[in-house]
Amino acid sequence: MSDDILGKVQKIVSEQLGVDEAEVKPEANFANDLGADSLDTVELVMALEEEFDIEIPDEAAESISTVQSAVDFIKSKSA
Amino acid sequence: MAPSEKQVDEIQRSKKRVVITGMGAITPLGNTLADYWQGLMTSKNGIDRVTAFDASNHGSQVAGQVEGFDPLEYMDRKDVKRAARFAHFAIAGSKQAIADAKLEITDLNAEQVGVMIGTGIGGIQVMEDQQEIYLNKGPSRCSPFMIPMMIANMAAGLTAIQVGAKGPNSCSVTACAAGSNAIGDAFRLVQNGYAQAMICGGTESAVTPLTFAGFSSMRAMSTRNDDPTHASRPFDKDRDGFVLGEGSGILILEELEHAISRGARIYAEMVGYGMSCDAYHMTGIAPGGEGAVRAIRLALKDGGLAPEDVSYVNAHGTSTPVNDPNETAAIKTVLGDHAYKITVSSTKSMTGHLLGGSGGIEGVAAVMAVANDRVPPTINLENPDPACDLDYVAHKSREQTVNVALSNSFGFGGHNVTLAFKKYK
Repeated sequence: MSDDILGKVQKIVSEQLGVDEAEVKPEANFANDLGADSLDTVELVMALEEEFDIEIPDEAAESISTVQSAVDFIKSKSA
Repeated sequence: MAPSEKQVDEIQRSKKRVVITGMGAITPLGNTLADYWQGLMTSKNGIDRVTAFDASNHGSQVAGQVEGFDPLEYMDRKDVKRAARFAHFAIAGSKQAIADAKLEITDLNAEQVGVMIGTGIGGIQVMEDQQEIYLNKGPSRCSPFMIPMMIANMAAGLTAIQVGAKGPNSCSVTACAAGSNAIGDAFRLVQNGYAQAMICGGTESAVTPLTFAGFSSMRAMSTRNDDPTHASRPFDKDRDGFVLGEGSGILILEELEHAISRGARIYAEMVGYGMSCDAYHMTGIAPGGEGAVRAIRLALKDGGLAPEDVSYVNAHGTSTPVNDPNETAAIKTVLGDHAYKITVSSTKSMTGHLLGGSGGIEGVAAVMAVANDRVPPTINLENPDPACDLDYVAHKSREQTVNVALSNSFGFGGHNVTLAFKKYK
């Protein structure tokens, strides 16, 4: 299940930010490593909410800055 | 106190000369300047049934769509995703024009190079898509990119980002006159020393369900759905409305000395810009094209031209019942008997009507006519309307010395714009 989540997150991040999936490593930081600006981040969070059918409140969204932190948050919600 | 004639002369003399050194075009006839011009010269028809969406329940089902355009040839994946199609067209046309002009934009001159790109409608497809999301999923699912993608000025803003042009930047939104207003406003900036070069023109991408619904309800669009290639027929007695087109036309306007100093190729000189308003009706035209008369006169005066100097007019020529005879009347009012000695054509017969983009591609056509001594035709002109009795270059392009070409654009709101281009000597 967790691999699945990581894979799905990587795919969404790659699509949303227009970067190759290979660059979307777990430790990759959306802003610093993948070039996301504030608008990208909002859209990315929306896409994750949609894909995993969860709600990510703004306060939580602020702490989601890397691929792994997104995966961890999603896991905590779906556990 | 009004300035004396001597003072006016001094102001005129201090104005800089402005030349066109590069052009780019994304059109229903082809997606480069060369393909566009070749299409115009060979009477190519860019109009067919709408494929961008299912138009089967619409009154009008024909359009001049851009085919085979790949924005990835001009910008990277992420930038493509964050921009609407009208901005893609503007960026692509601008990059073509800059390359054509061999204009290098560096840290040293960036603040002297600006962008002025008009559009009539902006990113309406983005708005339609997001409205659907809003209705189906609620406000929290609307994209944070919706506003920056759809606002009309973003063609100019994103083009500046893409090419690093830090000078004057703005956007005219004067409906179907927007592209020509942008070129005219850019002309003034270069003429008065506010920029060494301006990337300017018009762009539009509005082949969308809502746009069709709105224009159809106005009874403004052709419904010749069973015969799309003959739907746009300016000055013909059987014309029944305009055909919507999409694309962009971009010109590099450059201060003459700057162009000479870097050894740039010069296509033509821009000498005149006239604009006026009908102040008459939202969408109608003042009788006899009274507002158009004033715009044409102002452009001639601005360029120090006499009516007899005009060789060719790229008409607004929308193929609507109301435009074509009024525009014809306006040309005759200004040029008198000379109107019968010149050529007038509507390239919308081939491209459709690009709304705010039309001034861009038609400015390009007028400049190319001056540069090549060849005028594009009006196709589908089988039976001229008796009220349209000028030489509209029916069917086939023609060789002709073109010393001065005018380009007319008129927009809802009563905006009238005429641009004047002259052979560079």
